[in-house]
Order: sequence, then C-alpha cells, then structure tokens
Amino acid sequence: MLVRALTDHERGGWMLLGVVVLLVLVVPVANLVVLESSPFHISTYMVTLLGKYLCYAMLAISLDLVWGYCGILSLGHGAFFALGGYAMGMYLMRQIGNRGVYGNAELPDFMVFLDWDSLPWYWYGFDQFWFAMLMVAVAPGLLAFLFGWLAFRSRVSGVYLSIMTQALTYALMLAFFRNEMGFGGNNGLTDFKEILGANLQSDVTRVVLFVISALSLALTYLLCRFIVTSKLGRVVMAIRDAESRSRFIGYRVEHFQVWIFTVSAVLAGLAGALYVPQVGIINPSEFQPLNSIELVAWVAVGGRGTLFGAALGAAVVNYSKTVLTGALPEVWLFALGSLFVLVTLVMRNGIVGLWRSLMKMRSQRE
Amino acid sequence: MSSDILTAPEPTRERLIDPEGGYILYLEEITVSFDGFRALNELTLYIETGELRCIIGPNGAGKTTMMDVITGKTRPDAGTAFFGQTIDLLSLTEPEIANVGIGRKFQKPTVFENHRVFENLELAMVGDKRVLSTLFQRLTGAERDRIDEVLVITGLSDHRGNLAGSLSHGQKQWLEIGMLLMQNPRMLLVDEPVAGMSRQETEATAELLTSLAGDHSVVVVEHDMEFVRSIARHVTVLHEGAVLAEGPFDEVQSNDKVIEVYLGT
Repeated sequence: MLVRALTDHERGGWMLLGVVVLLVLVVPVANLVVLESSPFHISTYMVTLLGKYLCYAMLAISLDLVWGYCGILSLGHGAFFALGGYAMGMYLMRQIGNRGVYGNAELPDFMVFLDWDSLPWYWYGFDQFWFAMLMVAVAPGLLAFLFGWLAFRSRVSGVYLSIMTQALTYALMLAFFRNEMGFGGNNGLTDFKEILGANLQSDVTRVVLFVISALSLALTYLLCRFIVTSKLGRVVMAIRDAESRSRFIGYRVEHFQVWIFTVSAVLAGLAGALYVPQVGIINPSEFQPLNSIELVAWVAVGGRGTLFGAALGAAVVNYSKTVLTGALPEVWLFALGSLFVLVTLVMRNGIVGLWRSLMKMRSQRE
Repeated sequence: MSSDILTAPEPTRERLIDPEGGYILYLEEITVSFDGFRALNELTLYIETGELRCIIGPNGAGKTTMMDVITGKTRPDAGTAFFGQTIDLLSLTEPEIANVGIGRKFQKPTVFENHRVFENLELAMVGDKRVLSTLFQRLTGAERDRIDEVLVITGLSDHRGNLAGSLSHGQKQWLEIGMLLMQNPRMLLVDEPVAGMSRQETEATAELLTSLAGDHSVVVVEHDMEFVRSIARHVTVLHEGAVLAEGPFDEVQSNDKVIEVYLGT
C-alpha cells in the first residue's frame, strides 16, 4: 500500500517530485560550493526566495486538498499558515535571549517595551523547540477542528462557509494587531537570531531551511496524494459532488469534512512555520483576507483538484508577483485581478486543465 | 410510548394483516407539514418482513415525503417510525439509517458522475464507513467479486471503467439499483425505478425487484400501472398524505374511492 502511495502519480506529480529533487541537489551546491563570480552561482537572496515559493506551494497544496477534492472553498486558509508561523516565531523570539535591544533574557523586547514584568502563560514552553513544533501543528489544527466541527455539523456549506472562513481570518488579524494580545501587535515577531543554535543569517542555515522546505513540499504532496487516491479520497470527492447522496449510502459527511479540513490546516501551519525563519518576520498582515484570496487564485491558476497544479500555480503567480512588483509595483493588483477573471472565464481548470485539453485535441487529430 | 410499538400492529383496515407475521417497518400517525400544507396526515403504514409493496398515489399524495421521513431527510412534526422492533428511525441521522440497513434509490438518478462505475459501487458497499477506516481500506477478493457480480446483474460490466456521468439515463437507473444492492440493505426504498427505461429494461427491473423480495423487504413507489401490476402482490394507495386503500392490486383497482381519486369523478 505504501509503495502504491509513493509511486502512483500522474505525469504532473512526477514532474513536481522531479523539480524538488533537482532543487535539493543543485541549489545547495550552487550556493555554497560554486564561487560567487561564476554564472552558475545562486545567491542566498535567491535561495530564500525559492524557499518562500516552496512554502507557498505547500500552502497551495493544502488548500487544494479541501477545495479541489472536498469542495470546501476556504477563504481563510492564510490564517492557519499564519498561526503555524506565529508558533515558530514565538520559538525564535525566545531564542533571542539576552541579545535583544533591552538585553532581557526572560522577556521578548516588545513585552519589555509594554512594561510587562512576566511572560504570559501562553508563551510558556516556546523556548523548547519540540514544544513549538507541536504547537505549529496543534494551533492551526485545533482551530480548524473547532471551526469545522461547528460549521459542518450545522451543515453550513458553499458561499456561507467561505464568508465565515474569511471572517475568521479577519477577526484573527484584528486580534493579533492588538498589543495586549501579547504577540507583538502590528510589528509582529521579528529580529530573530538563531534556530536550534544555528545563525539564521548564515548561508548554511538558509540552505538547510531551503532543503527542509523542499522535502516538506514533497512529503506534503505524497501525503495528500495518498489521501486522495485512497477510498477516503473517493468518499470526499463523492461528498463534493453529491453531499446528500453520500449521506444516504452511510457516510457521515461532517466527519469527513472536519477531518480533511483539519489535516489541511495542519499542513498550512507547517508551511507557515517553514516560511517564518526564511523571511525573518511574522506579523498580523499574514492574516489579511487578501492573502487568503490570493492563495485561492494560485490554486485556480494552477488547476484545482490536481495537487501538483496548485504547487505550479503558487510558483507561477508568485514569480510573476516578484517580477511585477519589482518592475511595475502599481500594476500588480490589476494583474492579479485580471488573472482571476481570466481563469474563471476561460480556464476553468487552470494551467493543468488547459494543458490537458491541448493534449486531448492533439491526440484526437492524430 | 414504546410498549405499544413492541407488539405487532392490530389489523385496523380492510386488509387483514397477519398478526403472526414479522414486520420490518412501523410508521404510525406520521404528520409532516410544510408551511401549513400537510404533506403527510397521520399516516400509518406497516411493511412486512420480506414483502414487496408498491405505493401508488397521485402527485402530492406524500409518497416522496414518506420516503424522506423513513430515511431521515425530513423530520415529522408528530408520529413514530420504527425499523424492526427496536430501532427508532426518528432519532437517527441519514447515514445511521443507511447503516442499519435501509437503502434508497431516488426518483432522479443520483450517481457520482465524476467517479467510475466501479467506484460508485465500491463507495456504496456495505462496511465500515468511518473516516480513518476508509483511509486504509483495500478491497478484498470477495468484495471485488461482489462488485463484479453486481456489475453483471445490472448489465454494466462493459462500463465498469467509465465515468458514471457518461452513462445513459437508463444505465444510471441501473447503476443506482446496483449501488442499492451493494449496500445489502434489509429494506429497499425504490422511488420510480422504471422512469425513462425501455420496455425490456422495465421487465428486467421487475424481475430483479421480485427476486429481491423475500430476503429483503422492498417498497416501490411507481406511477407506471403496468409495472405495478407486474410486480405487486400488495398495493397501498396514498392520497392527501394518508392511506386511502390497501390490498391486492385488482381489489384496489376496483375500489370506488381509488377510482374517484385517480379519475377525478
């Protein structure tokens, strides 16, 4: 069964795994071994940028799992990403120790600034890496479980559910903006120094984080692929297509929805946790509704319900964003908007769908 | 409340119900109102174990609403519904009702169009339908054989790998009947099984449903009188949400009240 899960892929899936392997093999060498003067050198800036894309791809796959396969259009998936990021950020804050501006080993700088005299209880344990990693999964997972349990049990679906997820991320954004919440207010958590004793600014640490992100992306894809090709995957797609029919043949629809939603949120949280040490900051703007909507656009552009399409979409859209915001910053939002309209109107199944219909046309001509 | 349900129902109407016979379904004084309109009006109906019963009645008589109540889709305002002696249907959800052994075929065939024919049958198959079990479930040889068998019965063997959405209307009807067979329910509720079927298909359906009765209890809602005549030993006529007449087909057909309702004289 495991062998099947690891080897049963469509061509796009093999390509995704191939790209990941290639990146893992080439990027560390090109950054650390190849001399800077060589045209084959990859700068640390580029390594971090690629690492960011890998986290986005992971996030996109996690959304595709619920949207593409279970028909749950979450417009708040960025919230789970951000929560995972905050859990990692809290660990990194604690690692700063007495090297902060105020030199207080017990309290992060922003708490000293707020005149707090002790660490709030919910920061306890975050100086331990294992505990922080646990929270990376538990915080988004628990929120998704509670939210999903309430929503799916009451049979909230479709556009109503989407609006509620959007409200969820918006509410979290407002909450995290508040200084009294104890998460650094609008500045968020930043100025990180070390992760597990390794200097976050060093090239080697950056490359290691990059490699871990690449491997996590591959594992996320394999896990999701295993899920969607299992019988559970077929049940979930049946629920997407004919919810009440699934009930009448004996499936507890809400259990499946909550399960898949929670798994997806945990994966999104992991992506966020890998993202934060690479970009060096996490702040409430990650909860912005716009982020979650952009995320939906990545999946739609790539082609939903394919997993690898979501990863492709995340890479394509974010690369365009990097290029466009550099060259013509004011154009980006218009470009994103047009892209969304274009995909909705003429490319219902995204790039993957377009490619497939081209292939089909060609094989029919022959 | 439950003590009177534990005993077999008394023969209260024209047809003499054998008091010794086992009953599988007890509907008693079920009332369902939608915005003041009474879709079911104190409906009382019993189904014997292993019988094949046809329910007929004009549009709006409450046939589909009755099925909705039995399968948990609609909650009645009043009344009781028991499956066998102990299972209170009104306290169960749709999937729970499906898992205690009530299978339903809908009026409009609803199959999983984006799944293959084989997968449709696999999904419907009786078994552990909890989340984590389905994640690791693999088909056993016996289960594959069962699916193959049902594919033969429903004449869909050549289509096993096709998407269910690509089937013709009649084939979808058969696929849905096949899904019902995979569930191996103790009672089958079949809503208009021959709508859109050819003469031959209709005959085959009649044969299949007749052969299922005995091991299973079968309740068929149908408009096609020829079809009803060909399969039914007993017929129940619903009108305005209650039982108008019940008995052998010929007797019911010559019943004055039934003629009045159907012909509007």
